[in-house]
Amino acid sequence: MSSSEQAPRLLSMTLNGRVRHDAVGDNILLLDYLRETCDLIGTKQGCDGGECGACTVLVDGKSRLSCITLAAECEGKSVETIEALATNGKMSALQRGFHEKLGSQCGYCTPGMIMASEALLRRNSSPSEDEIRDALGGNICRCTGYVKIIEAVQAAAEELS
Amino acid sequence: MTELLPAFSLRHPTSIEEAIAIHGSAPDARYVAGGTDLIVNLRRGIGDPETLVSLNRIEDFQNIADGKDGGLVIGAGVTIANLANDVTIRTRYPALRVAAGEIAGPGHRETGTVGGNLCLDTRCVFYNQSQWWREANHFCLKHQGEICHVAPKGDFCHAAFSGDLAPVFLVLDAEIEIAGPDGTRREPLSALYTGDGMDHLTLKPGELLTGIHVPANTPPAAYEKHRVRGAIDFPLAGVAVALTKDGDKVKTLKIAVTGTNTSPFLVEGLEAFTGSTLGEDDQAKLADIVQKQVSPMKTTLVQPFGRRRIAGAMARRQAVSLLAGG
Repeated sequence: MSSSEQAPRLLSMTLNGRVRHDAVGDNILLLDYLRETCDLIGTKQGCDGGECGACTVLVDGKSRLSCITLAAECEGKSVETIEALATNGKMSALQRGFHEKLGSQCGYCTPGMIMASEALLRRNSSPSEDEIRDALGGNICRCTGYVKIIEAVQAAAEELS
Repeated sequence: MTELLPAFSLRHPTSIEEAIAIHGSAPDARYVAGGTDLIVNLRRGIGDPETLVSLNRIEDFQNIADGKDGGLVIGAGVTIANLANDVTIRTRYPALRVAAGEIAGPGHRETGTVGGNLCLDTRCVFYNQSQWWREANHFCLKHQGEICHVAPKGDFCHAAFSGDLAPVFLVLDAEIEIAGPDGTRREPLSALYTGDGMDHLTLKPGELLTGIHVPANTPPAAYEKHRVRGAIDFPLAGVAVALTKDGDKVKTLKIAVTGTNTSPFLVEGLEAFTGSTLGEDDQAKLADIVQKQVSPMKTTLVQPFGRRRIAGAMARRQAVSLLAGG
């Protein structure tokens, strides 16, 4: 595999509510841009093939896998990561749900789980269990067995309604 | 940090004409839309294009519009999520919604496109692996190697076509529109596929799929997919059935299969079922016809024999259900 030596482009996007301009190569993945350029390491690198959902972020409010998305495709878009959810040190309803309902065990899948759930709750504030399972269908957890994760999302939806 | 992708220049044309022009002027260019298939392959050392021509800013490519013949024209750039959520698709072509909803996970569906799913690269357990895995295995016939590990004595690549939308479009008699350096053409979807797992599309250099025409009056149809897990996975077998009836008898029957052969295909020899009430004997005959025409190889971790029987069983179940339905 050849390495990247091409001149970077100036990439502009709204990241967690603030406009950023960075020099980014065309072949840089959104995941690496977030973690390496922006130091936002809450987004996790898991399978590297779009198979596990650990890298899930929101692009224009929709669930996206940052490990198979080119950063340059997000030009002019709004990108949100797990770091955007807490306000003034206070957890969001979803974060609190995962914390209090024990929806997180080793924690590696949790940022992706929460961002995929965030995308769901923004378009459907009172999802059924099937709808939650469908929205999290691309997020794999090897610890919890998913039951506690579903309860966490239900608790957040209840709090928000 | 993840291993870097090969160096390429990413271009963003805003019209189909501009995309074709850029593709023609850049050596070794590839079109990319959602990238859920291509980017993963590039990361695994499959392909090293100098230029990626992104189709994501071509707006008229992303619409679902009424066709002149009363049917529907689905832009190749429509995302799988938008296809699944479209009200017209849900009401007039529910089997398309089912197939779209069963593709991969939500994050893939938000970015993957209809055109990408129809052009999806063929898949094999010896091909969809990392560079070091494939290298340690002396690569394979499809890429960089000389032997097909699935059938080492032959010189044919058996990688399976695994898109979920194609069989539904096939039973609905959909046609595709292709644009390229020599103009545009429209042809049946089945003409898109070569039948060779190695080079599975008939698209010529610089050509791209721009839209899919679905006829106005299509028969009731259904799609069923079998996979290891209930989410994310590609089909081990996917079967679409379209059936019209005359009273309690079959009038027309179409079946198409994905996930088992190098191309999605329409099952042949179903005319015999016209006039049938699909009793036990005919059901067994139908499953048998499907089983004989699918040819799964060891391209997945699930044994071919099981996939063959499953394809037959799904076809039988859906045909019976459509005949019984209102």
